[in-house]
Amino acid sequence: MATTSIAVVDDRLFAAVLARADDALILGHRLSEWCGHAPMLEEDLALANIALDLIGQARLLYEYAATIENAGHTEDDYAYRRDPHQFRNILLVEQPNGDFAHTIIRQYLYSAFAHAFWQAMTSSADAALAAIAAKSVPESAYHLRHAAEWTIRLGDGTEESHRRAQDALDALFPYTGEMFAIPETETDLIVGGILADPATIRPAWTASLDRILAEAGLAKPQSTWMQSGGRRGRHSEHLGHLLAEMQILPRSYPGAIW
Amino acid sequence: MYTQGLNAADKAPPAIEDAGRLGAFQARIDAEQKIEPNDWMPEAYRRTLIRQIAQHAHSEIVGMLPEGNWITRAPSLRRKAALLAKVQDEGGHGLYLYAAAETLGVARETLVEQLLSGGAKYSSIFNYPTLTWADIGAIGWLVDGAAIMNQIPLCRCSYGPYARAMIRVCKEESFHQRQGYEIMTVLARGTTAQRAMAQDALDRWWWPCLMMFGPPDGESQHSDASTRWKIKRFSNDELRQKFVDATVPQGHYLGLSFPDPALRFDEATSHWHYGAIDWDEFRAVLRGDGPCNRDRLAARNRAHENGAWVREAALAFAEKRRRKAAA
Repeated sequence: MATTSIAVVDDRLFAAVLARADDALILGHRLSEWCGHAPMLEEDLALANIALDLIGQARLLYEYAATIENAGHTEDDYAYRRDPHQFRNILLVEQPNGDFAHTIIRQYLYSAFAHAFWQAMTSSADAALAAIAAKSVPESAYHLRHAAEWTIRLGDGTEESHRRAQDALDALFPYTGEMFAIPETETDLIVGGILADPATIRPAWTASLDRILAEAGLAKPQSTWMQSGGRRGRHSEHLGHLLAEMQILPRSYPGAIW
Repeated sequence: MYTQGLNAADKAPPAIEDAGRLGAFQARIDAEQKIEPNDWMPEAYRRTLIRQIAQHAHSEIVGMLPEGNWITRAPSLRRKAALLAKVQDEGGHGLYLYAAAETLGVARETLVEQLLSGGAKYSSIFNYPTLTWADIGAIGWLVDGAAIMNQIPLCRCSYGPYARAMIRVCKEESFHQRQGYEIMTVLARGTTAQRAMAQDALDRWWWPCLMMFGPPDGESQHSDASTRWKIKRFSNDELRQKFVDATVPQGHYLGLSFPDPALRFDEATSHWHYGAIDWDEFRAVLRGDGPCNRDRLAARNRAHENGAWVREAALAFAEKRRRKAAA
């Protein structure tokens, strides 16, 4: 059967880098969907800014993944020529934008993790990852501040905004477990000091959450049930639609350069 | 241009103003001095500027929609980032221009309300659809190219805040224009399908771009006062000719043809002569009867309505914090 998809190598470091690149790209893409439709002009600019940072992080990570893989693939091959099951992003980032509260809560839950993750990664034993982390830290600090401020504003704003923020938190919280799960393939990388150990990141994430939710007057969901599958390529229904839209041109015109 | 609606006459009755002040004001303009927000100015000057700057701001905001239509489908990560940054720049221009209008004593909310209710004008060009990726190239090359022709003279506009805003806007626009032309270059040198896409985009955008400069000089009712006040420095037809002269060789260099059988280089005048513009189409689009007028306004209204609870929450939160701080 003719296909425009690529196959990628089975390598642990490569897979770990690709997974973080996918997180950044898919969330950046989701945020870019807001452009021109945000609740206020200032947020059109802010969400686009964050999306640009994330797409920039994804490009650096894909570029590094390509170096590791050494199969002649480019950032665009990874973004545009893999099928949904080949993507390794966590499920949280592919969840639809929903209303502004869903977008903000999703961003807050992710950024509170990503900021701590990139901080820890600045001392990675892998120099290339440490360099990408150093560039990402100030960006994720801004993303976290922006999302945390809005979480507080929505939680402690009007009755309606409080209800919407709580709904979003309840809906998205089950996707946070995946951020801390360690795929068996990453154990060696953590032991080798190449990847940050999520267990060391959890305290910072929990502390941020407790403080921000308290200030917002939002209740932390008590359910311990967590969704997962993204890191294994088992995605929600949403990713296929996102990729169908994102990949349409390279898929429709194989071999064309844009 | 982005302010075509100004070609309609100002309907407000002329204010009765002191002849001495008017004379001194005109003398400052003639001496190329900048008018600043706190300076005295004739009511008609203020009104004209508010309308022009607001239309310009609205055009930037509505202009985010046709290009935003391709952000999620941009064909490479580099193109995706560049397009997102470009549309973000346009939002920034809008914000900057609303702030310039506010220096004349009108609130941004009032101006936005006029846009949403359909009462305010914005450039006719954004009422055309973006059907293929080549449209993103064509908009950068042609629409931003036309905008630059109009906006470079505005950098010397007599009203200080507007002139300064235009300096910054022009720098970013010329970057966008080069980016658009580069997209067209890659398509024109690409596969047969890509070349066809580029030609189709030029075919669809060429005439609407010529209309961006507004009606022919004989029909523009607003130019006299604007010229005297040094808000406008070149006539619609002068700017249109400049644009045609600059753009036609660029299109030919790409191996593309223009959808105008009358287009020819006139050795005597050293200008490209172009055919008759369909002014009926122009008037229809300005009136609200273009291909996308309804979609564009509906999209702006939807974003505004869907965001109402967010803006209310932000206000309520600020008020709570203010009271807490005061207590």
